Amino acid sequence: MAKIVFKHPQSLKENIYHYCPGCGHSIVHRLVAEVIDEMGIRGITIGVPPAGCAVLAYNYFDVDMIEAPHGRGPAMASAIKRCLPDRVVFSYQGDGDLAAIGIAESLHAANRGENITVIFINNAVYGMTGGQMAPTTLLNQRTTTSPAGRKKELDGHPVKVSEIFSQLGGTTYIERCSVSSPAGVNKTKKAIRKAFQCQIDGLGFSMVEILSLCPTNWKMSSIDSCKWIDDVLSKEFPPGIYKDNIAEAKNTAEAAP
Amino acid sequence: MIVKTIFSGFGGQGVLMMGISLANSAMSKGYHVTYLPAYGAEMRGGTANCTVAVGDEEIASPVASEPDYLIVMNLPSLFTFQNKVSAGGSIFINSSIIDARPNRQDVKTICVPCADMAQELGNNRVANIIMMGAFIKKSNVVSPDIYLKNLETIMGSRKKTLAEINRKAFAAGFDYIKD
Amino acid sequence: MNKVLMSGNNVIAEAAIRAGCRFYAGYPITPQNELTEYMAEHMRNAESGVFIQSESEVAAINMIAGAAATGVRVMTSSSSPGISLKQEGISSMAACELPGIIVNIMRGGPGLGNIRPSQGDYFQATRGGGHGDYRTIVIAPATGQELADLTMDAFDLADKYRTPVMILADGMMGQMMEPVIFKKPTPRQYPEKFMLRGAGTGKSKFIRGLLLDPIDSEEHNWKLARKYEVITKNETLHEEHRVDDADLVIVAYGTAARIAKGAIKRLRDHGMKVGLFRPITLWPFPELKLRALSAKVKDYLVFEMSTGQMLEDVRLALQGYANIEFHGRPGGAVPTPAELANVVAKIYDRKD
Ligand SMILES: Cc1ncc(C[n+]2csc(CCOP(=O)(O)OP(=O)(O)O)c2C)c(N)n1
Ligand code: SF4
Ligand SMILES: [Mg+2]
Repeated sequence: MAKIVFKHPQSLKENIYHYCPGCGHSIVHRLVAEVIDEMGIRGITIGVPPAGCAVLAYNYFDVDMIEAPHGRGPAMASAIKRCLPDRVVFSYQGDGDLAAIGIAESLHAANRGENITVIFINNAVYGMTGGQMAPTTLLNQRTTTSPAGRKKELDGHPVKVSEIFSQLGGTTYIERCSVSSPAGVNKTKKAIRKAFQCQIDGLGFSMVEILSLCPTNWKMSSIDSCKWIDDVLSKEFPPGIYKDNIAEAKNTAEAAP
Repeated sequence: MIVKTIFSGFGGQGVLMMGISLANSAMSKGYHVTYLPAYGAEMRGGTANCTVAVGDEEIASPVASEPDYLIVMNLPSLFTFQNKVSAGGSIFINSSIIDARPNRQDVKTICVPCADMAQELGNNRVANIIMMGAFIKKSNVVSPDIYLKNLETIMGSRKKTLAEINRKAFAAGFDYIKD
Repeated sequence: MNKVLMSGNNVIAEAAIRAGCRFYAGYPITPQNELTEYMAEHMRNAESGVFIQSESEVAAINMIAGAAATGVRVMTSSSSPGISLKQEGISSMAACELPGIIVNIMRGGPGLGNIRPSQGDYFQATRGGGHGDYRTIVIAPATGQELADLTMDAFDLADKYRTPVMILADGMMGQMMEPVIFKKPTPRQYPEKFMLRGAGTGKSKFIRGLLLDPIDSEEHNWKLARKYEVITKNETLHEEHRVDDADLVIVAYGTAARIAKGAIKRLRDHGMKVGLFRPITLWPFPELKLRALSAKVKDYLVFEMSTGQMLEDVRLALQGYANIEFHGRPGGAVPTPAELANVVAKIYDRKD
């Protein structure tokens, strides 16, 4: 019998994505669903989709989900996890959601060391509302609200969430990945798995920041979008592990009486 | 019968405690009571006050338009509240530190040098309890026994020495009033 | 059960815990801090109780929404400026049909205003407050005992209708101590099917307010509207005090109603026949009860610690069948019963 190497993940519903062709959200959804399948945690996972292009994520993920108002996902996820400590709780957020309107909720959930996982989609724009400037928009990048390019004097600088969050005492595992290449996709999946494992082991806050394509608002083909991530976006937001206290946290957990 | 009393003074003179102890005692005797403290920014700048209402019927308003009794532990309190006291009401004055007297003829004035008396007892902090002794004797809102029993409960009867000094202080104030 | 002397803020917190509330999130603001502090001390001692001091009121309301979705009884509390921030989440809870209790210990406004007792948030509380076509059940206790009883009842109402319920009180109610007896709470009835606890081996669920299809969204709005109609029909509460022989009736709620009762006593001592109509639920407003009273009593004085907000509901209820006067003290001013009695006496004399 032939070996199945590619199939529809169980934790993804059969619905057809509403995402634009080439959108990074589609890739990341699949990765998250595969990880949930492989870890066998579909029945105990609760997801919190954001306001953003992923607002309808509950139409795709076949796990329990509750929509959060724009930016408030980590507050909701914190509460859900505190009420149901043995469930796996993740918040799925865009860069506007996490780093602008919801920076307080996100930073404080991280700082409290909430034992949740944040899947953070950095596509350098507000995708859903039509490509406005996001906190992660690069200097000189043109968007509908920075038509002449982002100016540091007026618009400030790109917010480096992984760098900032890794400084917080409450965070355990922070990695930045990219889905612009097959290798990047594989790495991203590993990181997501590691983040969920960190949560399941009760080790505290984990986040995977994912540099993700928005061909529509970048006004590029998918191929060019991948190139732009590799050549430009990842220069400002270098992929890598920003914090990995998993071993340390494990030791402390074991040492505790 | 509804009796309303305002306690007022500096923060740290224990005026809120005076109100709470009276309210608790009256409650334990089955009276209706309300205790309404001033709070927040009002407490900054060092003044504190509270209003206690005690009644044998439901207390409609915890606010005192015209309190029957006013206890002032410092001078600003006298100026703030003296004109509110009902005609025929009483004003208790901590005469150790207040030289002024009410400029009204239609109220009774009871001067208790409670701060000096506290010093004599060797504990500056019990001036409020001394004043409560005088107040309970005059007002008769609750009996001295009930008051002291409740005082111990709310102070936490852990410290025996504290209970002892409070008893002494209360007795000093109670006996200071000769009828 | 013994009587205990407790501040209103502590009464609400204790009643909530006794009613089975096991999740509280809040952010400090005067004059409700004692409620948050009480929860910090006692919620964590309650079995599976969770207390979070949130980073903002926005976070707090969304935390209780999340906790409510898991099927836990939840509460948050704040005072006026913080309640403005919670509106996003209240609207969202109404849309998602999540039960939860929001306590507003009102202070003077608008803006930062002050921390004195006030009733300026009536419109915000009773008209929805946040965006969209929804209502919040609003309960306005006037005594410590009512704070205890109605807080417990609020949880049952929230569950029964799967909707947020607001307890609307003010700084005076929050700070004042009165003796209370805590009743025995009724056992909770909340079906598992509304709880989000992981799909297990079954079908996954989702909870959402987003309905992109206008026809679906319209139907959802009508569904909510039908629910609000049932609530309006079945859940109004009010008190009538000395109205039987009254020539004039004061309409007031919460702290203002207590001051009114004090004024009524004074007025009655002077032979003026004045009574009180006190709405206990502000939404639904006891409209029909007040209208019925207008068959007997033709003169009303609405008294609020605001510039006149409930006044509009009284006008809608009385529909021009009776004369309505208004006395207001906004911005944190609390009148004495004597002041109110003077105001009423003037109107009373003019009336004949
Ligand atoms: C309070 C509020 N303000 C604004 C919006 C509109 N809004 C929806 S999504 C969004 C931005 C989404 O951008 P991002 O978080 O980067 O997600 P993306 O769509 O790029 O994945 C905005 C501003 C909203 N839903 N709620
Ligand atoms: S707008 Fe961008 S982020 Fe949104 S679905 Fe389209 S490609 Fe994806
Ligand atoms: Mg984005």
